[in-house]
Amino acid sequence: MSKPQTLIEKLWSAHEIARREDGAALLWVDRHYVHEGSFHAFAQMRARGRAVVEPRLTFAVADHYVPTRGRDRPIADPAIAAMVEKLEANTAANDISLFGLHDPRQGIVHVVGPEQGLTLPGLLIVCGDSHTSTHGAFGAYAFGIGASEVAHVLMTQTLWQKKPRLMRINVRGKTIEGVAAKDIALAVIARVGANGAQGHAIEFAGRAITALSMEGRMTLCNMSIEAGGRCGAIAPDATTFAYLKDRPFAPKGSAFNEARETWAALRSEDDAAFDREVTLDADAIAPIVTWGTTPDDALPIDGNAPDPAGESDPVRARYVRDALDYMAIAPGKKLTEIMIDRVFIGSCTNARIEDLRAAAAVLSGRVSKVPGLVSPGSSLVKRQAEGEGLDRIFRAAGLEWAESGCSMCVGINGDIVPPGERCASTTNRNFRGRQGPGARTHLMSPAMVAAAAVSGHLADVRPLLAGRSV
Amino acid sequence: MDKFIRLTAKACSLDLPNVNTDQILPARFLKVPRSAELAHLLFYDLRRDADGVEEPDFPLNRPICQDAQILIAGRNFAGGSSREAAVYALYEAGIRCVIAPSFGDIFAENAVKNGLLAAVLSEDQVFELGAAIAAESARLITVDLEQQAVICGNRTFDFSIDPVSRNQLLNGWDDVDLTESYKDKIAAFKATDRTRRPWVIPTG
Repeated sequence: MSKPQTLIEKLWSAHEIARREDGAALLWVDRHYVHEGSFHAFAQMRARGRAVVEPRLTFAVADHYVPTRGRDRPIADPAIAAMVEKLEANTAANDISLFGLHDPRQGIVHVVGPEQGLTLPGLLIVCGDSHTSTHGAFGAYAFGIGASEVAHVLMTQTLWQKKPRLMRINVRGKTIEGVAAKDIALAVIARVGANGAQGHAIEFAGRAITALSMEGRMTLCNMSIEAGGRCGAIAPDATTFAYLKDRPFAPKGSAFNEARETWAALRSEDDAAFDREVTLDADAIAPIVTWGTTPDDALPIDGNAPDPAGESDPVRARYVRDALDYMAIAPGKKLTEIMIDRVFIGSCTNARIEDLRAAAAVLSGRVSKVPGLVSPGSSLVKRQAEGEGLDRIFRAAGLEWAESGCSMCVGINGDIVPPGERCASTTNRNFRGRQGPGARTHLMSPAMVAAAAVSGHLADVRPLLAGRSV
Repeated sequence: MDKFIRLTAKACSLDLPNVNTDQILPARFLKVPRSAELAHLLFYDLRRDADGVEEPDFPLNRPICQDAQILIAGRNFAGGSSREAAVYALYEAGIRCVIAPSFGDIFAENAVKNGLLAAVLSEDQVFELGAAIAAESARLITVDLEQQAVICGNRTFDFSIDPVSRNQLLNGWDDVDLTESYKDKIAAFKATDRTRRPWVIPTG
């Protein structure tokens, strides 16, 4: 009998074209998503005089540099406008479908791919963006690549890869009220460490994972990279299939039913072996915020910032001191006493409809004490949210309701947190300067960002949910 | 692609953990095409104060690190974003090898594609190597990829690297040319796959 396979091994073997003696495998790529950052790769391809071999499997989205305000006007900064124009020119010249700036389906690539039914179980998906791990939520093998690899995929529709080690993260039981997928993700990262999953493909499993919606699963897989993982994946199930049915690019009718049969087999066998297993109890996870400058600097909201004096390891003590210094937080300060300057709700991590609903449920009938920006994950999510009246709740709370893009998560379209300001953010990276030079970022769930907004400081969302349906 | 076999050069120790790709090349500079300008933008916000003035204490700003081609870094070097321009910036600044206890996976791949060696030593070895360099007035060390060794004075540290990356760096392989030689296998895979998984082709 053959060795029982894991989900990841099944996905890998379905795409392996050849294997070299040194172990590198040539893999077939089913979907290649590109964005404005692909200009290096198109330049490399042009320099070789080559063309895109599978334009039908390549989809482009304008997200990183697009403005979130004033789209009826030309982009003011010529260098930013040039980035959007280069994507338009490169995709037009190579017959690649583009969800461009003015397309009603435009949005963040990791929101648009699933929303359009381009992301399917069993696919190998790559994109020149580290958060490509998001698509693993569907039981796809999805990972971020660099520009040279993007160029290689454009020219060959294949990629050389080393087989990753296998890690399974089990989240047992049921989460408590007020705890979202983001809290699970931050709890996992705090446990594993910001580089703890390096070299590993992660499979998320357990009752708390299967209980998540597709939106929640995408949030979790999105953050796999923040634990250093090569990718994250969840076995597809009825929740997955229900999400995909009737999506524009997904198979239809009998083709869908046939595909679903194949997809249903994409699960780890009972006795399949992993290189590493990590288990968390869902009911021990509280709403979490980050205090420092890497995503594993994450603590339950009722805790205190660390104190370098309490660290026995001198290297760790120095790191904590530097991080607190950058974040302007006194050692040992209660997290709920940290005042904020603004909030941001957006990004490929947490800007899907469910995220906006969760934030709106807290904000409804309340006013934010700080300014803030809400940028939906896609233009279709924006329209859906407006249909549900969520935009009115955000506006009434004093927040700005904007167009969709990567926006203030990475700040390269000009949406930045001003130097020295502190932002409660639904994004994925609290790195120094990530949201703008000198910006201070606290990561948390959309509901927790809303709680911080109405409190003016980091706050526990749970008391604010009393008597509300979420 | 340039081969990497053996390099004797000045080393500079950047004694910080978790220096992510946002620190190596801040996102606002990602619009810059591959060019010598990237050398000037390397570690921009770590290297300069808010007014753009160089911080004299930042290792790469010290006269003793001038012309360094080897960077010794802390744990989890270059995690985060997939931006290959982080490698371009290092390369344009003359760096050909980074030694650290661990690297972001995507960075390590990007490094190999550009002929830059990412060598892994344990945290203790990195610390010892840093101390050994400080004791050498010339700060010259040798990194030998064939022997997988870092040599500093009379000390030798064996480093690890996966065989695939080692192979590629030693041979200076060009991935696209290499893949070209698998053309028939790719065509065969594609033909079989179209019947095996017809649902993969987008419908829209």
